[in-house]
Amino acid sequence: MANPLKCDLCSKPATVHLTQIVNNKVHKVDLCEACAQAKGVTDPGGFSLADLLLKASLTPDATPPAPGTRCPRCGYTPVEFKKHGPLGCPARYDAFATLVEPMLANMHSGVTHTGKVPARSLQRKSLYDRLTKLELDLTEAIKSERYEDAARTRDEINQVKQAFHPDAP
Amino acid sequence: MPREDATSLAALLSAPSELTDPGSSKTAIVLMTRIRLARNVVGHSFPGWAKPAQREEILASCREAVARLPQMKRCFNFAVSDLGELERQILVERHLISRELSGSKGGAGVLISRDQAFSLMVNEEDHLRIQVLRSGLNLKRAWTAINDLDSALEEHLDFAFSPTLGYLTACPTNLGTAMRASAMMHLPALVISNQMEKVVRAVNQLGMVVRGLFGEGSDASGSIFQISNQTTLGEAEEVILKRLGSVLQSIVEHELNARARLLEADAGKLHDKIGRAYGILQNSHLLTSGEAMNLLSLLRLGIDLGLFPDDQRSLIDRLLIEAQPGHLQHAHRGECDAAQRDVLRAARLRAEFASFPRPEVRPANPGAAA
Repeated sequence: MANPLKCDLCSKPATVHLTQIVNNKVHKVDLCEACAQAKGVTDPGGFSLADLLLKASLTPDATPPAPGTRCPRCGYTPVEFKKHGPLGCPARYDAFATLVEPMLANMHSGVTHTGKVPARSLQRKSLYDRLTKLELDLTEAIKSERYEDAARTRDEINQVKQAFHPDAP
Repeated sequence: MPREDATSLAALLSAPSELTDPGSSKTAIVLMTRIRLARNVVGHSFPGWAKPAQREEILASCREAVARLPQMKRCFNFAVSDLGELERQILVERHLISRELSGSKGGAGVLISRDQAFSLMVNEEDHLRIQVLRSGLNLKRAWTAINDLDSALEEHLDFAFSPTLGYLTACPTNLGTAMRASAMMHLPALVISNQMEKVVRAVNQLGMVVRGLFGEGSDASGSIFQISNQTTLGEAEEVILKRLGSVLQSIVEHELNARARLLEADAGKLHDKIGRAYGILQNSHLLTSGEAMNLLSLLRLGIDLGLFPDDQRSLIDRLLIEAQPGHLQHAHRGECDAAQRDVLRAARLRAEFASFPRPEVRPANPGAAA
C-alpha cells in the first residue's frame, strides 16, 4: 500500500483496525501493535472502543476552557487532558466540565446520573461541612462577645458530633 | 490478618471456587455472570496520575477497609509486585485480576474472598475495582451481593461522587453507575452456523458489547463470548441490568434455536464433530490452546445435547481454565515455551479423558439443552 493507515494515537503504521457500532453509529479506530496492547484491545475485560473514541471526540464540539484553566487540586491542564485522556483526579471533573460534558452525550445513554448514591459518604460529608461552618460561627460569636449565640452554637456542634457517632454515649 | 505471601496462591488454586465448581445444567449456556464497580477515594489522584507514595497510601487504606468487611473474612491478599509472572497470569486466567493490573508496578494489589466470588483490585485504572462472579445467569443475585459489599465498604471509605455525574472514575466512559455487568456465554451453535456476526451487530445496537473471552479479539476460541453493557451514565443499575438480562435471554433463545436447526438439518454431521473432538482429546500428543478450547467447547455442547452425562460439565469448565498457559506451567512447576506447553496440554487432556464416558447418540429428542 502506498499510504498505509497510521495509528490514531501515535502515527506509527496501524496494524489493528477496529469497528464498533454504538447507538447506530459506526466508529472506526486504527492502531499500531504497541498502542493496541497499551489500550488493552487484547484484554477482554478492559477494552472499550469508547475509551479510544474519547480522544477523537474531544476536539470539534467542545468549547475550550479559558486559557490557564487548571485542576485546583493537582494542577492538571487541558493540554495534558487531551494528551493523556483519562482524568487525573476526581476534582478535575469540575475543572474541566466544558470539555467533559459534550463527550458524555455520545458516550452514554444520558448525561445525568440516576443510579445508586453513596448515602453514607454523602451524609458524612454534609455533617462535616455543617460542623466546619458551626465551628466558624462559634469562633465568630465568641470574638464579638455574643455569648448566647455561642452557647447555642456549641449545643448544635455537640448534636452534630453525636450524629457522627450515634453509638457513643 | 490475611496472609500476604504468594504461597497462599496454592491455597487459592486448590480451593473450590464459584467459577470452577458449579457445572450444573443451569450453566449450560451462560457460564457465569460478573458485575464490576469502579470506585475512587475522594481527595486522591487517580492511580495512573498518582505518585508512588500516594498509590501506597491508597493501597493501605483500601486494604484496611476491605479487611473489615464480613464478606472478605480470611481473604487472599496479594500485592502485585510480590507475585511472579506465572502467578499473575493464573489470576488473569481465573478472571480474578485484569491484564492491566497484572502489568502494573508499585502499589497495586488484589483482595480475593475465600470462595473467589469477590475480587477487589486496588490501583488498577481506578482506586478500587470491585468484582463479583456468580455461576450461571444470575444478574439479580450478583447485583445484590456487590451492592451490599459496596455499601459496607462505604462505611469506611469516602467515594468520589457527583450528584450529576455519579461515581467519578478515571475514564469518563465509566461515569455514573461505574458498573460493568457481563455474562460469559457458550454459543457453539451460533458460531457453527455463522450467525455470530449478526448477533454481535444486533447486540451492539442495543448498547451492549460482545467480546471474545480469552483475549483473541473477536476470534473467541471455545465459542465463549462475554457480553456486557457499554454505557454507565443516564440509567440506574437496575435498569441497565434488566436490559442486559433481556438481551442475554434472547441470545440464549437464539443459541437453542440454532442447536435445534443444526440437529434438524444434519444431526449426523454435528455428532461427527463432537465424536472427533472426543477422539482427539483422548489421543493427541500436541494441542495448542486454541484447538484445546474448541475441542472442549464441542464436548460441552455434547453434554448439553445429552451425548455425555450432565455431571461432566464441571470437568470441562475446569479444563477450559486449567488448559490455559499460566495454569499449565504452574502445574508443571516452571515456565516453558509454547511447543512444550502443547505437549503438556495434550498429556493433561489425554489423562483427563482416558476414563471419560463415550458419546452415546440416542435416536430421539437429542435437543434437551438448558
